[in-house]
Amino acid sequence: MAQKSIQPYVQRTLSAERPFSIKQFFFQWEWLLAAILLGVIALNTSLSPYFLNVNSLRDATMVFLDKAFIVFPMAFIMIMRDIDISVGSTVALSSVVMATVYNSLGASMEMAVVICLIVGALCGLINGLLIVKFKELSAVIITLATMILYRGIAYIILEDQASGNFPEWFGFFGWGYVYGIPFILILFIIAALLFGLLLHKTTFGRHIYAIGHNDIASKFSGVNVDRTKVIVFTLAGLMAAVTAIFLASRMGSTRPNIANMYELDVIAMAALGGISTAGGKGRLIGTVIAIFIVGYLQYGLGLINIPSQTLLIVVGALLLFAVIVPKLNLSRLKK
Amino acid sequence: MAVHTANAPAAETAVKKESKLASLARFREMGLLAFIILLAVGVQIRNPSFLTVENVVDMATNTAILSILAVGMMLVLVTRGIDLSIGATLALSGMLVAQIVSANSSFSPLLAVLTGIGIGIICGLVIGGLVSWIGVLPIIATLAMMNIYRGFTYMVSDGKWISSYQMPESFVGIATSSVFGINTLILIALFIYASAYYFISHTRTGRQIYAVGSNPESAKITGISEKKILMLVYTLMGGLSGLCGVLWVSKFASAQGDTASGYELSVIAACILGGVSIAGGSGKLGGVILGAVLIGILNNALPLMNVSPFWQKGIEGTIILVAVLLNVAVKRGVERNHLLRRRI
Repeated sequence: MAQKSIQPYVQRTLSAERPFSIKQFFFQWEWLLAAILLGVIALNTSLSPYFLNVNSLRDATMVFLDKAFIVFPMAFIMIMRDIDISVGSTVALSSVVMATVYNSLGASMEMAVVICLIVGALCGLINGLLIVKFKELSAVIITLATMILYRGIAYIILEDQASGNFPEWFGFFGWGYVYGIPFILILFIIAALLFGLLLHKTTFGRHIYAIGHNDIASKFSGVNVDRTKVIVFTLAGLMAAVTAIFLASRMGSTRPNIANMYELDVIAMAALGGISTAGGKGRLIGTVIAIFIVGYLQYGLGLINIPSQTLLIVVGALLLFAVIVPKLNLSRLKK
Repeated sequence: MAVHTANAPAAETAVKKESKLASLARFREMGLLAFIILLAVGVQIRNPSFLTVENVVDMATNTAILSILAVGMMLVLVTRGIDLSIGATLALSGMLVAQIVSANSSFSPLLAVLTGIGIGIICGLVIGGLVSWIGVLPIIATLAMMNIYRGFTYMVSDGKWISSYQMPESFVGIATSSVFGINTLILIALFIYASAYYFISHTRTGRQIYAVGSNPESAKITGISEKKILMLVYTLMGGLSGLCGVLWVSKFASAQGDTASGYELSVIAACILGGVSIAGGSGKLGGVILGAVLIGILNNALPLMNVSPFWQKGIEGTIILVAVLLNVAVKRGVERNHLLRRRI
């Protein structure tokens, strides 16, 4: 009797490929997301005649893609069952340091951009090291403390001033086109491909899933859990610095209070993209669709003069939808 | 053989010295109190106007709201949860009540407070339902509801502020009047501490909250309904946020869409400083109140010491980080000492 019930399980884990099933293929979260994206586009088109237009669809990406760069490493972190709420502050600190190095210390802009990336990566590295060295503390607490600290340092550096006066070429990051395609969109696609390959096609990516499922078991299976965590948190800091560069370029200046609450938008996009907050589940393609859903929703609501605060409700509702629906459907899909 | 290997790590650690840090653990609250006193003396030397009656009362009224919220947050943290939505709940209840009282000035203050608590309880019930019945992670559920409540606040206010001239005297009096010469805000806070102390230490439900937090499985086997307890703590938290919404609007005589934005972080910081473990199961009322007082003193003392307001956040962040890391170091020391004792 016991033998019988074990049998199918053994067979499934031993066979390398699972049999292809049309039902399984279409019952994927990503299809639901794609349907929502189409719904958003249809809704926007019916509400505003200016929405469905290749130029406006293309140019809208310049406005909402900046924070999308953080969504990928945040997805990694959430798959590892951690969370990082300091990314918004990291964006502020690295952009403030960049502007200060350029304006007050007389460094060249190229140098300032590199320093910005280094500062971001350092912020992430500190998060990662603290999380690994103090395992008793959850990532929420550590990144909560560094979130206040990083933004505090940004305020110490720039007080309540704005700092800008960047050279003209710096505006290219936010507003430039390459062969008619926004530069930010090209970089976003490259980043999505790189992170997708890293997560789905490399040992490193498999380690991330393993840690999310069971970190102790992973450790005893030879996965260097600490190193993986430090690398991923450093990546999150680095991508926050990338966001900082695009944001500063688009706005032409920076202040210590920029990117306030970005972490919440980023976490919402990752969760909507099907990254399970309980760890170990989710694919990067979902987050890409989720980024466009939130972005176009924001853009479309702006076109029909709905205040951006209303978007808070929509993002919140979408986030709830994203976490509740899988729970309701799970029992039915498993059959 | 098995016994031998089990003893090996203990024997290894026994070589190490007994941790001195561990002795701090017994006096955690005392240590915090000592730090607060040292800080107060230091500030007093720099600026003699710090410990005047006027300034102390001022500080106490400013800390009252923070400490009331911290009491509720402690219960949430004890059950291994977290509530990021309290700032938004506070703003929503404050805004709705401010609109009601500005529309009819004869609205009684007591009724206004009760309305605020009611709105907060409804907000809390929704979160409690999501966390306990549907099983959404607290951080995600409260994040989502924070967005939604904040959005509602902007929607009902239509982006406008409600200022002091639109509010009747009696309403502003809720937080600014005094009874027996003591500010009502302080009295309300003291009342909340007293009832929380009784609830946590002397009722069955209060103890059950700690049971669920320290070991959910055992609590379940013991017959405690985890769902009911979770529902209860989030509802209590919501009710306290609603109460604080009315107090906030009455104290500052203005209701805005972005009232108390980000305030939840200060509240959580107060709890962590007060020694509440985010992993659940532990947290003392006294510690939490001291944590809130420490943050209140910092907010008040830094301007008095001519520290630039822009340094405030950095200093606050450093203190939280150091306190949290020190707490872990102390706990590690305690565990090491326990191993030492076992060898004898």
